[in-house]
Amino acid sequence: MEDEDYTIAGFEPVFLSALEHYSYCPRQCALIHVEQTFDENIYTLRGRAVHQRVHEVDSFSEEGVRVEHSLALWSNRLGLVGQADLVEFHEGVPYPVEYKYGKYRERDIEHAAVQLGGQAICLEEMTGIAVPKGAVYCHNSHRRYEITITSELRSKVQAITAAVRAMLLAGELPPPANDKRCRNCSLNAVCMPSAIGDGSKARSLVAGLFRL
Amino acid sequence: MEQLLNTLYVMTQGAYVRLDHETLKVEVEGSTQVQVPLHHLGGIICLGNVLISPGVIHACADDGRFIVMLDHVGRFKARVVGPTTGNVLLRRAQHKALDDSQKTLAIARNLVAGKIRNARTIVLRGAREAEEKEDEAGLRETANRLACSLSHLERSTAIEEVRGIEGEAARTYFSSFARLIRADRAAFTPKGRTRRPPRDRINALLSFLYALVLTDCLAAAEGVGLDPQVGYLHTLRPGRPALALDLMEEFRTVLADRVALTLVNRRQITPDHFEERPGGSVYLNDSGRREVAVAYQKRKQETVTHPLLERAEPLGMMPHIQARLLARTLRGDLPEYPPFTYR
Repeated sequence: MEDEDYTIAGFEPVFLSALEHYSYCPRQCALIHVEQTFDENIYTLRGRAVHQRVHEVDSFSEEGVRVEHSLALWSNRLGLVGQADLVEFHEGVPYPVEYKYGKYRERDIEHAAVQLGGQAICLEEMTGIAVPKGAVYCHNSHRRYEITITSELRSKVQAITAAVRAMLLAGELPPPANDKRCRNCSLNAVCMPSAIGDGSKARSLVAGLFRL
Repeated sequence: MEQLLNTLYVMTQGAYVRLDHETLKVEVEGSTQVQVPLHHLGGIICLGNVLISPGVIHACADDGRFIVMLDHVGRFKARVVGPTTGNVLLRRAQHKALDDSQKTLAIARNLVAGKIRNARTIVLRGAREAEEKEDEAGLRETANRLACSLSHLERSTAIEEVRGIEGEAARTYFSSFARLIRADRAAFTPKGRTRRPPRDRINALLSFLYALVLTDCLAAAEGVGLDPQVGYLHTLRPGRPALALDLMEEFRTVLADRVALTLVNRRQITPDHFEERPGGSVYLNDSGRREVAVAYQKRKQETVTHPLLERAEPLGMMPHIQARLLARTLRGDLPEYPPFTYR
């Protein structure tokens, strides 16, 4: 069993979605993939509603382009597993499209690009066909951002995959970022970035506990 | 976690709770009495002979809503739990902390400090509102003794010592509980704290409220992936939710005692809301439990500022926040467990 080989050898499979989480914030990634906490807020709920449509496994053809929804992806070379929201096959060449929802801003595309890069690497390994491009689709603006799968992006995917794996094996949680990233983070209430901070707030609160 | 959802209490004997699409319907003798969208609810508590359909049970398990079954007097019987989720590493840390006497001591000590501070807050408020000089003096004396317990606590070096201080503080607090009652003292003066069974009206009221608080603390512990049986202040016993009982210590006075006192002092609860059984045990009756459940729900909606989060949140969220902070402490994110205290 392939799955069991990974875990027995201490070679944890890394979820494609974890690449984006880690790129955005290592702690967010650890909260989801190490701590297995997931908190829903309005953005993730909306996201789920969008995904319910995208995430029905099916395939169809439109104007000569074959489209696969919810395609299972893997790379044995990097130890990546996951799913593509959508893969288009343009004359046989895979073109992954990753759906993003909520307040997705252009500057966050770089993090989604890492996930997309991971998908491209998986598709190359699975089909034996080079995947030069893909896209990130922002649901709220109905815009597609095309991403070129450059060699820089490929090395970034490789480096982040290794970092995520190390984190999963260590089972530890990086400290909170406690910066502007935290504002729209769906895990804010779980992460408690400002309350935890560097621990000094809790320390002084506890120190004052016994004095009136 | 972001918002406090309502708990539906179904207390009508023979009621049937079923799902109609995304709406929960409570039927009594074939006619719908209550209708509420499922997504407005954090959980369902059924008292006594209440039927609940598999559809409701499945939907609740899927979304992490709790269903708790209590018997007709509010004693815990069962709860519906979905698949084991969450964090095995957290549970490991929870067990390891129990084997580390310094960690156990630190957590238990802070929990008890929270409890004593919150008890003292209620006592001082009672002193300010007292109508008789004698009550005011008695309550101030109790507050001083609680302050003494707090300073003993700071110097405690063993868990047994912490438990001893907690017990003494609880006795001090209950010994002057009668002074906090201003209405109908003839009917509502407690004779100390009696449980299993409660032997006077105040104790019946408190026992029922504590069952409600415990249910919320259990849900809070489960919700963050903690093992509700592995506690630090409360010793481990098979079947005892020691961690939920630990978490509850900070909330007994804030969530339960306060509600009990308000109900009695405003004469919303009267002797008519109780029944006495042969031999001297006392229980709330059906209308009494309804009155209390409504008051408890209202209390949970009141907002307070959390001492560490420095953010206004409904009181009902506090057990969840504290469970989260305990989890964060166990996982090494926080240097010490910060208990919930309020002014």
